[in-house]
Amino acid sequence: MRDLFTALQAVIAGIAITALIYFLLNLLIHRLPERIKRRVEPYVFIGPVLVLIGLFVIWPTLQSIRLSFMEEEIDGSTKWVGFQNFKDLFAEDYFASMLINNLMWIAIVPILTVSLGLAIAQLANNVGPRQEKILKSIFFMPMTISFVSAAVIWRYIYAYAPEGGEQIGLFNAIWTALGGEPQTWFQIEAFKLNNILLMIILIWLSAGYAMVLLSAAIKSVPEDTLEAGRVDGASTSQIFFKIVLPQIWPTAIAVFITVLIGAMKVFDIVLAMTGGNYNTTVLAQTFYLEYFIYGNTGKAMAAVVLLILAIIPVMVYQVRHYRKFEAAR
Amino acid sequence: MTVKSSRKTSKVSLLVLSVLAIIWLLPTIGLLITSVRERTEAQRTGWWDVILNPLSQKWELGSYASVLSESDLGKSFISSLAVTIPATILPLLFAAYAAFGFTFLTFKGREFYFALIIGLLVVPLQGALVPVLKMFISFTEKTGIEISGQYAAAWFVHSAFAMPLAIYILRNYMMTIPNTLIEAARVDGASNFTIFWRLVLPISVPALASFAIFQFLWVWNDYLIAFVFIGSERPVLTYTLLSLLGTYGEGWQQVAAGSFISLSIPLLVFFSLQRYFIRGLTAGAVK
Repeated sequence: MRDLFTALQAVIAGIAITALIYFLLNLLIHRLPERIKRRVEPYVFIGPVLVLIGLFVIWPTLQSIRLSFMEEEIDGSTKWVGFQNFKDLFAEDYFASMLINNLMWIAIVPILTVSLGLAIAQLANNVGPRQEKILKSIFFMPMTISFVSAAVIWRYIYAYAPEGGEQIGLFNAIWTALGGEPQTWFQIEAFKLNNILLMIILIWLSAGYAMVLLSAAIKSVPEDTLEAGRVDGASTSQIFFKIVLPQIWPTAIAVFITVLIGAMKVFDIVLAMTGGNYNTTVLAQTFYLEYFIYGNTGKAMAAVVLLILAIIPVMVYQVRHYRKFEAAR
Repeated sequence: MTVKSSRKTSKVSLLVLSVLAIIWLLPTIGLLITSVRERTEAQRTGWWDVILNPLSQKWELGSYASVLSESDLGKSFISSLAVTIPATILPLLFAAYAAFGFTFLTFKGREFYFALIIGLLVVPLQGALVPVLKMFISFTEKTGIEISGQYAAAWFVHSAFAMPLAIYILRNYMMTIPNTLIEAARVDGASNFTIFWRLVLPISVPALASFAIFQFLWVWNDYLIAFVFIGSERPVLTYTLLSLLGTYGEGWQQVAAGSFISLSIPLLVFFSLQRYFIRGLTAGAVK
């Protein structure tokens, strides 16, 4: 009960203080002469956000980059070490497999998620409105589940019991029913199978997202373009690939990029399922491990810088895309 | 818009999709069934035994009771709410103000700042964590005011990282408000502050709702920020759940029950506000 009270107090105070800041800022500028007021007023509206972003996003990110070239002493002081942290990170025995894992995540997850989402969206388009609504909800529901809960859910699927014991994991139950020996799935490093099993979880979580956006795009394809195809005698698959697909392409790309970024930053799933063991670690997991578990600030920051470097091309693409979009408006 | 009537319903599509949907549901259903089975039963047979032999089953809600009493789960539920509610409302307020500024006011550097915000849409959270943590610690050393470990620490970071998407969604929406409406209000002598609160904010409710749902789910489900900035002092649900998972490992029902308790709120939000949620996703498709 006391927890509830303190929590409530904090919630109310936090919201009230923020509202008050805006109110006071507004009061303040209304005392200024009209000419100056006109100049200053926009910054009342965007200023707090610029401060927030500057203080909690931009400055710390630059600081992380700086720290990746520093070594931290016990007393908290730092000294410049050049690329030593990166060299240390590259020399770790997990480094090569980590990089391959990250590449696999971004090569496999986005393409499968978008394809699956597209297939579901297209199929759902011709099952009748009521069925469509129910079925789409089912695919979409995992989007509301946290990575940690998803990990709990999937641990039950991949659970293992020694031979002779009853298999309560669905995978092993099916596998043994087919005559196989029970497997500890997460330890199978051949063909990176354990990594792929982790990827399935992210695909399961995000296919619904892809479906929702692609379904909206499919529904906005003008009927007369489809009709024109039919009149010309095109088959169903021809209509889909030659008429529908080109028109929903921009949406497919947008979804692809969103899922790609998610796959690049993947962390919680790996942490909760394997902790990065059995060669399943990824960049974001390495950062977590090096900083919070081993206390190697330098190496952790080097991992973060690699992550940022990987995301920069996407960032550039986003800004360019926005510029084009804005120019067309 | 397409014409609905020209679309034939297909039995094959329905069959394929239904099979897929069952596969999609199975993991969650497995968890739900496991969480309400009698303890030894759940360890002895797979949850599908319930479907194969529905009559010989023992049910109990004991795992829910025990996970609530034996672990920090009840406390974590409150913590999660205390983190999530302000971390949803505050960014909404910040972003609405900024979106208004970007849409209806002219100032130097407007294009630059907005492009900057678009660029930040994808910036990884991990890059900011350590310096922000250090900043909070040195602030505490200088002033004696604790930030790290308090709910407020998570609010700041969540708010900041929500800004790009929130501003993007809200600005896109506000751009559809006819400029003549704003001009008319100006002619009537309304200040920008009044126009924002009385005119633009009420019109923008659908976009605000969409973003609020999105943000609520994101914060509720977040592990990393809660772990770094709040940690074990006021553990949130994801934090407690992960430590339960570490303690008991697989096959333990308490974890299943705990997981379902933490799922309850997102599912509730999802099923009651699905339409707004989907609209928000469609609006923010570029993220």
